[in-house]
Amino acid sequence: MIGVEHYVVVSSILFVLGVLGIFLNRKNVIVLLMAIELILLAVNINLVAFSAALHDLTGQIFAMFVLTVAAGEAAVGLAILVIYFRGRGSIAVDDVNRMKG
Amino acid sequence: MHPILIIVFLPLLAAIIAGLGNKQLGNVPAKVLTTGALFVACGFSWPIFLQFLGGHAEASVVPVLKWVQSGAMSWDWSLRVDSLTAVMLVVVTSVSALVHLYSWGYMSEEPDQPRFFAYLSLFTFAMLMLVTANNLVQMFFGWEGVGLASYLLIGFWFRKPSAGAAAIKAFVVNRVGDLGFMLGIFGCYLVFGTVSIPEILNAAPSMAASTIGFLGYRFDTMTVICILLFIGAMGKSAQLGLHTWLPDAMEGPTPVSALIHAATMVTAGVFMVCRLSPLFETSETAMHFIAFIGACTCFFAATVGCTQWDIKRVIAYSTCSQLGYMFFATGVGAYGAAMFHLFTHAFFKALLFLGAGSVIHSMHHEQDMRFYGALRKHIPITFWTMTAGTLAITGVGIAGFMGFAGFYSKDAILEAAFGSGTAVGGFAFWMGIAAALMTSFYSWRLVFLTFFGKPRWIQSEHIQHAVHDAHGHGHDDHAHDAHGHGSAAEEDAGESTDHHDAHAHAAPALGVSGPNYDTHGDGTGGYHPHESPLVMLVPLIVLAIGAVAAGFVFQHAFVSEGTGEFWKGALVFHEHLIHAMHGVPTWVKWAPFTVMALGLLTAWYGYIKNLSFPKAVAEQLGPVYTFVYRKWMFDELYNAIFVRPAFWLGKVFWKVLDIGVIDKFGPDGAAWVVARGSTYAQKVQSGYLYSYALVMLLGLVGAISWVIAG
Repeated sequence: MIGVEHYVVVSSILFVLGVLGIFLNRKNVIVLLMAIELILLAVNINLVAFSAALHDLTGQIFAMFVLTVAAGEAAVGLAILVIYFRGRGSIAVDDVNRMKG
Repeated sequence: MHPILIIVFLPLLAAIIAGLGNKQLGNVPAKVLTTGALFVACGFSWPIFLQFLGGHAEASVVPVLKWVQSGAMSWDWSLRVDSLTAVMLVVVTSVSALVHLYSWGYMSEEPDQPRFFAYLSLFTFAMLMLVTANNLVQMFFGWEGVGLASYLLIGFWFRKPSAGAAAIKAFVVNRVGDLGFMLGIFGCYLVFGTVSIPEILNAAPSMAASTIGFLGYRFDTMTVICILLFIGAMGKSAQLGLHTWLPDAMEGPTPVSALIHAATMVTAGVFMVCRLSPLFETSETAMHFIAFIGACTCFFAATVGCTQWDIKRVIAYSTCSQLGYMFFATGVGAYGAAMFHLFTHAFFKALLFLGAGSVIHSMHHEQDMRFYGALRKHIPITFWTMTAGTLAITGVGIAGFMGFAGFYSKDAILEAAFGSGTAVGGFAFWMGIAAALMTSFYSWRLVFLTFFGKPRWIQSEHIQHAVHDAHGHGHDDHAHDAHGHGSAAEEDAGESTDHHDAHAHAAPALGVSGPNYDTHGDGTGGYHPHESPLVMLVPLIVLAIGAVAAGFVFQHAFVSEGTGEFWKGALVFHEHLIHAMHGVPTWVKWAPFTVMALGLLTAWYGYIKNLSFPKAVAEQLGPVYTFVYRKWMFDELYNAIFVRPAFWLGKVFWKVLDIGVIDKFGPDGAAWVVARGSTYAQKVQSGYLYSYALVMLLGLVGAISWVIAG
């Protein structure tokens, strides 16, 4: 029987993968966006799993919201990326350190 | 307006104007102003003194300003005029006025004259505040004021390191004495509840037998206070132990030595003991201590004076010795005799110093007597006035007939010491006789070395310098012609310049004709000394009159029956001591004259008749001579006991404690932590988004776990 624990474990693994993707990634910003997507999906799994287990639809509705927001975020992120590439000629993460004072 | 206000504050006004005006005012106005102020003050002082002398004046106190008022503690600025003050007034203003005048000539080539004259006038003001003080705090104000002026004037040539060092030494050594004086004042306030001198003197006899506790011991109150006050006097008056600054103070200009370090400031201690004489009378121990220290000083300084070569140092040790006489006179209770010697000494010692200044002036700043000789014919007025001064200091005179100034005062002191009948009085008498012998010897030695014999000027660097300056161009031209090229002449000039800068004296050989380069063959080196200008000679002549006549004219006022009428209670006067002085055996009366003649003969034999004699004696005495010549090793002793440990301690505190501990862990440590910490902290700001995100995440995790766990 697959219980709620299994879902939580999977979503935790996905979450940690996403976090590590953000911090360990040195290549390019698209991977960063994908990692954020992964984190959001891990959260979604949690929401849906608990929604089903607790018989409360609010969690699943919230998951739909998250998907919507994630789609918007991906669109805006990719648009910024394109503009950024035009300006700097690179999307390598190590080149993006203009926030240094 | 009471004349005392003009006497005291006119010099201050002149000092302020000349000092602040300085270069803007110019040399001549500054000199006219200060000298004029002093002559006016002097003109007002003599009538006051003469009124007291005639018995027409009463002691009075002139109030000036409120000063301190705090509960029961209060004292004011006020000027006390009594016979004791009147004596000091004429001494201070007369010598100061003459020294001001003398400095017109002596300092004429100096660049900084307004400053010099302002200091002189400032000194006079402080000294007048000291002698007119009616409470101990005002006396201390004057006491410190003269110390300051002395410091400034010793260090007047501040570009010379030795002058700066001498000034600091004088200040520091005086500080030791001043601590004693301050403790004495505190003690007076503690015991009497007031600092007013008349009140203290009135209350003193009632406290005579009381004791004071300190660190578990009981001391006699009056003895403690008197000895503390006397330590202050020892510092200012250069008594044995605290005398080391006085010879070094000769680094100052000679007029300063005459005014401050001979006639006035150094006698402040004697004045203070006389002013507080009813207080000192209450403690026999303190009186014996004073007499003992005075007797030791007069003997010690006289021995050193016999061996010195620097003309000013001889007179400086002579001053030290004469101050010793004054102190043992006060110690045996003969305050009148002490004041009398102070009075006559001011004239003849200022005369000797100014005469020495005149000699130095004419000898192109050479101060070593080994390079003098035969100046009698070249500077006759200086010679005759200095001879008068020497006759006065050695005490030439015939008992009962007439004598020079020192004859009356010194004999009075010696007779009082003998007549007092105490053991310490006897000790002081014999020390005084021995010192009188040496006084005669070194004073005549000075005269004979300076004014008699053959010229020895050629050996002096200063004289060679002067001669070279006068004839230098001729010699250079000569060298140029002879060698036929320019470089030789330049080389020559270069060498001689080095020679002058070094200012090393050639090994002097008394009585031996000069080295080979003395082309004139007479030891003069072609130098012709000139008599000093009139502004320097007039003070000499005036002081010479004082040195001749002061003792004869004023002896009745100071030391005879009925002197009590002159002092009118300004100091303690023992009628029985005057009788004892007259009752001393005849040999005591003739002893000072005999030793004077003996000293004169010895000096004549050693420095005119048989020139190899002093050297033979010095060699015979060997280590004793060296010991005396090195001033009884006082400087070496103090260096070893105080100066070096103080330096060592200072170095420990500086290197180990200050730099090693406080700086290391205090300011330097804090700065190190900030600098090192910030190099680490700045690594946090990488500019990479992911590292910020990581921090954010960690922060979030931390916050959440805190909320959950909490």
